[in-house]
Amino acid sequence: MVDDAGTYLYAVASDAAASCPEGLKGVAGQEVRTITQSGLVAYVSTVPLDQFGEEPLRRSMEDLDWLGATAHAHHHVVEAVAMLGPVAPVRLVTVYSGEEPVRRLLEERHADFVEALLRVSGRQEWGVKAYVVKAPPDAREAREESGQESVSPGTAYLKRRQASLRTREESWRQAGARAEGIHDVLRSFSVASRRHRAQDPELSGRDEWMVLNGAYLVDEERAEEFARALDGLRGQGIELELTGPWAPYSFTALDEGGSR
Amino acid sequence: MTHDQPRGAVLAAEGRLPAERVALVDLLDRLLAGGVVVSGDLVLSIADIDLVRISIRALIMSVRESDTFGGGDDELRK
Repeated sequence: MVDDAGTYLYAVASDAAASCPEGLKGVAGQEVRTITQSGLVAYVSTVPLDQFGEEPLRRSMEDLDWLGATAHAHHHVVEAVAMLGPVAPVRLVTVYSGEEPVRRLLEERHADFVEALLRVSGRQEWGVKAYVVKAPPDAREAREESGQESVSPGTAYLKRRQASLRTREESWRQAGARAEGIHDVLRSFSVASRRHRAQDPELSGRDEWMVLNGAYLVDEERAEEFARALDGLRGQGIELELTGPWAPYSFTALDEGGSR
Repeated sequence: MTHDQPRGAVLAAEGRLPAERVALVDLLDRLLAGGVVVSGDLVLSIADIDLVRISIRALIMSVRESDTFGGGDDELRK
């Protein structure tokens, strides 16, 4: 039934890499297939709309288990396709009513997809996160407290609070400047870069402040060079974490406003 | 949690991480804020920003059920 099923789009690649990995499964455990049109190939699978329709998605996107399973399944397909050649990953939960609109997309945005695939060809995305080790507030506050015996507890509290805020602001400023510097160096080793929003400490699972959440598109042959440059930036209260190589998720945005 | 050894070189040599070992939060940075965004003909039309906010809220909620909201809440309301 057409009404009950949608076509989930994972990625677009060049027709030259048009094979589909055997038995590749996508979201909801469905088999991935290809749609070829205008020299491009779309990797899709059929999804039930009672899970992937607009209303169900509003609910399930808030369900962490569902979101995690779907994100990993999507990523798994993109990774498998990326092994074959340049790929333009599509944003999570992009669902069409059928194959025809996907064909139309490949036809209408052909030039944009070709340009995006060219841009990422022979390149990989690397993620770099920079953390600042927090100054231990407990130790500092205890120290200040011991020197404040002659003033009233209220004044002492306010002074302590002001000092703590000043220290924090200053640390932030320094950390921000450091992050800019790191970003600039890494940028010089890449063909494109992008800064994602810093992750909440609750999400990153770390106490330290994240001051940089960058993505860098790097020529494959410069990957080692990039990693060495990163290693050279370590230390001085900054911890750097490298992730990747990723399929070029952060660098395949198509130009707004359709084909040119 | 510290990575003193030159992790960059090690990772670069190892190649891709298996999909299931990729941290969800790193993945969502890319899957919700990156990738090709298409419009028209779609079954659903949740704005991009909504998706990001909804899922980040889901993540935060799941991690800190009973806790009060801190800095993360400001981020969400921007």
